[in-house]
Amino acid sequence: MTVPAHDATRPLLSVRDLTRHFPIKRGVFGRVTGQVRAVDGVSFDVAPGETLALVGESGCGKSTTGRAILRLIEPTSGAVTFDGIDVLSLDGAELRKLRRRMQIVFQDPFSSLNPRMSIGAIVREGLTIHRLAEGGAADARVRQLLEEVGLRPEYATRYPHEFSGGQRQRVGIARALSVEPSFIVCDEPVSALDVSVQAQVVNLLQDLQRDRGLAYLFIAHDLSIVEHIADRVAVMYLGHIVELAPVERLYREPVMPYTQALLSAVPAPEPGVKRERILLAGDVPSPANPPSGCVFHPRCQHPARDAACAKIVPPLEEKAPGHWAACIKQPPTSVSWEQQQAAGGTKPPEFFLPRAALHRSA
Amino acid sequence: MTTPLLEIENLHTYFYTDNGVARAVDGVSFSVGVGETVGVVGESGCGKSVTALSILRLVRPPGRIEPGSVMRFEGRDLLGLEEREMQHVRGNRIAMVFQEPMTALNPVFTVGDQIGEVARIHANASKREAWAKAIEMLKLVGIPAPEQRAGEYPHQLSGGMRQRVVIAMALVMNPALIIADEPTTALDVTIQAQILELLADLTRRLGTSVLLITHDLGVVAENCTRVIVMYAGEVVEEASTVDLFARAHHPYTEGLLGAMPRVGGEKDRLATIPGTVPAPTDWPKGCRFRDRCPYSWERCAAEHPPLYQIAGGHTSRCHLADEPERRQHPHPPLAAQRGASAA
Repeated sequence: MTVPAHDATRPLLSVRDLTRHFPIKRGVFGRVTGQVRAVDGVSFDVAPGETLALVGESGCGKSTTGRAILRLIEPTSGAVTFDGIDVLSLDGAELRKLRRRMQIVFQDPFSSLNPRMSIGAIVREGLTIHRLAEGGAADARVRQLLEEVGLRPEYATRYPHEFSGGQRQRVGIARALSVEPSFIVCDEPVSALDVSVQAQVVNLLQDLQRDRGLAYLFIAHDLSIVEHIADRVAVMYLGHIVELAPVERLYREPVMPYTQALLSAVPAPEPGVKRERILLAGDVPSPANPPSGCVFHPRCQHPARDAACAKIVPPLEEKAPGHWAACIKQPPTSVSWEQQQAAGGTKPPEFFLPRAALHRSA
Repeated sequence: MTTPLLEIENLHTYFYTDNGVARAVDGVSFSVGVGETVGVVGESGCGKSVTALSILRLVRPPGRIEPGSVMRFEGRDLLGLEEREMQHVRGNRIAMVFQEPMTALNPVFTVGDQIGEVARIHANASKREAWAKAIEMLKLVGIPAPEQRAGEYPHQLSGGMRQRVVIAMALVMNPALIIADEPTTALDVTIQAQILELLADLTRRLGTSVLLITHDLGVVAENCTRVIVMYAGEVVEEASTVDLFARAHHPYTEGLLGAMPRVGGEKDRLATIPGTVPAPTDWPKGCRFRDRCPYSWERCAAEHPPLYQIAGGHTSRCHLADEPERRQHPHPPLAAQRGASAA
């Protein structure tokens, strides 16, 4: 099976057909009456030193994907390979060892730090667990880590409540860095922060990446931050990756009607420049009962949308070099016109790029 | 500018806490014209939400609106009104749309009951009339199948739908002013676009004024005619939206604009504002932005800057207005010089 890969480099992380279904339980006996398909067959690669952004609206499954890769949530099925290691087959001790190399920075800097532990103890915990340093050496390492993330070393004795949101997020980053990982899942690391502080943390993440060759899976809903930080972007909708492309390409020529609408909705920070907007009708359907065929078809504005879209599950396929999308109406597609007609299709595929998608402010 | 509907002068709202007096709103003045949409921007803790609560007189102890503050609305002095008269103003003439629609709605009543309640309280409508009004309002805010939706509970609706319900509640009595406090912050971008479009369309049709409180300059750029920038309990800059984006004067505004990543913008490093907002119990003397400012000099420590007139309708609380040549010589802000303490 072909999957979206980054150039020819050997991927650091590769994810194949990852799914996570949550059972819906009813009644006193907890009878399972259905499944919420939070992540439903997601595949991608992350190269060493690369930032892959995972974007989408709330409930699209982007955070669940990030957590399933680290097995903070157990995936229902699929494969995750990190540097040649099959992550899903590891037992407790082996997994703990691997977590030295895969870390996570959480969204909420208020609930992700233990309020009863000093900053120093929080950063030091990883060093102790993984036996990386002890005693005076560990103290020195903690001070060094705090300095690296832009905090004063003497803060080590203070407690989380004494810090602002931005400072706490720096502590979270120092904690992740303490075990010298090569890959970090950044789960909305700046969305709880004010604009000016957000910029400080984004710059810090970029500096650390440059200095240490870190790879990031950057989960976010803010498309302007993503454009700034990502090398490639994967767009998720209802548990599926619907488009994956290098960042410039995705922002300039989004192929999926959903991506086009998402980009057009970002407010333009210049008065007078009103972006033409593709307003999506209605709300995101429930992942407990996703639409048949293409999950986006009930809200899609592609002019060639027809009955085939409700029948055929669109494969994620390469529309242009490195540019993957799941749409049977955007040529080229491996789903032939005959197959589409057999599924009730009446409108042949045609390339569609609405003005709103092209109308960029710069 | 059009005739003022709301005029705020020298508003001080203080909170008397165990850690001292928090001067959350500390001498704020501005006005909102009839039919105008005015944006209030600033980061958390700048006093923008407390300003909104003060206008509605919803500040609770230990908070207090200080004597000497003036708020005039439709020619009436809001601070001189009896509580009963104020209740009439709230909901009838000024309505509020909150950030989090789930907490603004009562989970145990249907949305139809909640919208209808406004009409029952403020217009003495009968139960039947109130229900009809609720359905009419749901239709107005673009909720499909309003007759059916009116009988549903808030948890049965999506975030975007709930915010539409909150807007419907705000519009029942056709108020002259809507105060919208971060109305789209909890929503996804595509839903945010729907809600802002709806708000703009309704206010255009009904002639309602809007005070739009937000931290998102993109939202301001698209929706407001005039912007007020707040920092540390004060207005630091006020201008037409076009002027603010083209010719920001205050270094804080400059910093905010620089720190904002733009879709389609340059991919350089983001500009940052080093340091953090000072504590409201302990605003520094002189200019409150001094420590984080790349231009500050001795005068900024000694003298609290007044709001200088920069151009017609454009004011800025910065001594650079007086000594513009200093802008040529930026230096690392004090907060950055103090070493690795910046957050």
